[in-house]
Amino acid sequence: MGLRKFVDKIKPTFSEGGKLGFLHSTFEGFETFLYVPNTTTTRGSHIRDCNDIKRVMIVVVLALIPALLFGMYNIGYQAGIEGVFPAFWFGFLKMLPMIIVSYVTGLAIEFAFAQKRKHEINEGFLVSGLLIPMVMPITVPLWIVALSTAFAVVIGKEVFGGTGMNVFNPALLARAFAFFAYTPQMSGEAVWYADGKTGATALEQLASTGEMQWSAMDAFFGFIPGSVGETSTCAILIGAAILLFTGVASWRIMLSVFVGGLAFGYLFDAVGMTEYPAYYHLLVGGFAFGAVFMATDPVTSAQTNTGKWIYGFMVGALAVLIRVVNPAYPEGMMLSILFMNALAPLIDYFVVERNVARRKKLIKNVK
Amino acid sequence: MKLSKNFTNPLAANNPVIVQILGICSALAVTVKLEPALVMGLSVTFVTAFSNLIMSLLRNGLPSRIRIIVQLVVIATLVIVVDQFLRAYMYDVSKQLSVYVGLIITNCIVMGRVEAFALGNKPWDSFVDGVANGIGYALILVIVAFFRELFGSGTLFGFDVLARFGYTNNALMLFPPMALIIIGCIIWVHRSINKDLQEK
Repeated sequence: MGLRKFVDKIKPTFSEGGKLGFLHSTFEGFETFLYVPNTTTTRGSHIRDCNDIKRVMIVVVLALIPALLFGMYNIGYQAGIEGVFPAFWFGFLKMLPMIIVSYVTGLAIEFAFAQKRKHEINEGFLVSGLLIPMVMPITVPLWIVALSTAFAVVIGKEVFGGTGMNVFNPALLARAFAFFAYTPQMSGEAVWYADGKTGATALEQLASTGEMQWSAMDAFFGFIPGSVGETSTCAILIGAAILLFTGVASWRIMLSVFVGGLAFGYLFDAVGMTEYPAYYHLLVGGFAFGAVFMATDPVTSAQTNTGKWIYGFMVGALAVLIRVVNPAYPEGMMLSILFMNALAPLIDYFVVERNVARRKKLIKNVK
Repeated sequence: MKLSKNFTNPLAANNPVIVQILGICSALAVTVKLEPALVMGLSVTFVTAFSNLIMSLLRNGLPSRIRIIVQLVVIATLVIVVDQFLRAYMYDVSKQLSVYVGLIITNCIVMGRVEAFALGNKPWDSFVDGVANGIGYALILVIVAFFRELFGSGTLFGFDVLARFGYTNNALMLFPPMALIIIGCIIWVHRSINKDLQEK
């Protein structure tokens, strides 16, 4: 293993007291990226299994791949390019700069902060950096991607103390920043097609006219315009299967988001506020993507099991509520997840308090 | 307390907005543009200065039980004077500030300084304290408004600055949440300079 030898050889330079000792965090980040660290904890052991943040994050990235690959193909397909491979290649070339910009900006800031605070570099951004371009429309200028990534990493994450301490999902915060700051570049009819064609997304059509020009099957497989990663519910479900099989994401949250969305969808359908079937909500827009990859973020979601049910249900219900009731925001998923991110600690608090009260009562009864 | 210390303290180390976290609501509302922010800052400075002065003069003959109502009368009178002055001489700005001039009455800084300082100190000291606190408030407003107007509209005091370089306006800057974030960033910078203010 030449690489291992090389890493060991340059290690002293980057260690405490070495020539480049101030770059310790950066070196450490790259080393653990390449190799599993062989250090053990010095205070009491708390190992449960061989999983660490890095492996969890890699699994999420793997789960994102189907949606990403399909999204690339769909960019070309929507631009009217014939053939599977040429369409994919076209989309790949459009998408690649966005991914690079998002990773470079985000990682540069993360490295700088970790270096400054003498922390280890955390891997959380591996996922956020891929999620950010996937929730943007394909025509968004690269400087908006860079600016919103910077905003999300600094204001959303680093001010709270870095990975694992953030209140809001960084990728969604980046999208919210771009959406509110540069609305014309982020929504409307002109942004969804890479070849300059204009047209509303399925979601916008549903919100304004109550029907869409695509069939439910098209929407399920993702042959509709929209943000890169969000169009194909099918590809997202493959990702969901990976996340659930490996136990990375909470099935409680995922399930309850869909239940909440469907429940409110049926409710609005029953009272006549919408003219399309409730399951359309799950197929169009970012609902499925948000439910699978955003709402289940282990840091920003509720931590208790009961809390997860409530949190998930509210995310789904609020998303549909915003979609149907507020005409200014055809897409409610982003706002509902961010809103519930803020409320998640409160939900947990009440769940824990209730449990405490219940057990106090038990003690009383025994006496 | 020394007079100079009395004046400089509220500007930075004990700033009413970024240390005591008072008067945030108006700081979010009137900082979209520099001009109204500056006028608002000066108005608050006028009110804090003269309410402090008047209450300090009255402090020895004033029964403690009715002091709040007397303070309110004094502050409300001063605010109405400011409001009428703005309407007479700066109508456009007055319209932009709308209710927020009237709401100076409820600004915690004004009443806070009267209660905490003017009722226990001599008139001249109280006046200086009022001026300093008003300026401390105005300073933060102007900093916030500077960033919001520059990046939100590409202008400063209405003159094109960034727009001529092909700058795309950042609409989020015009929303109140961004003012809160900017104030947060000012607090961040301020506390990393003044380490003794950092919470353990």
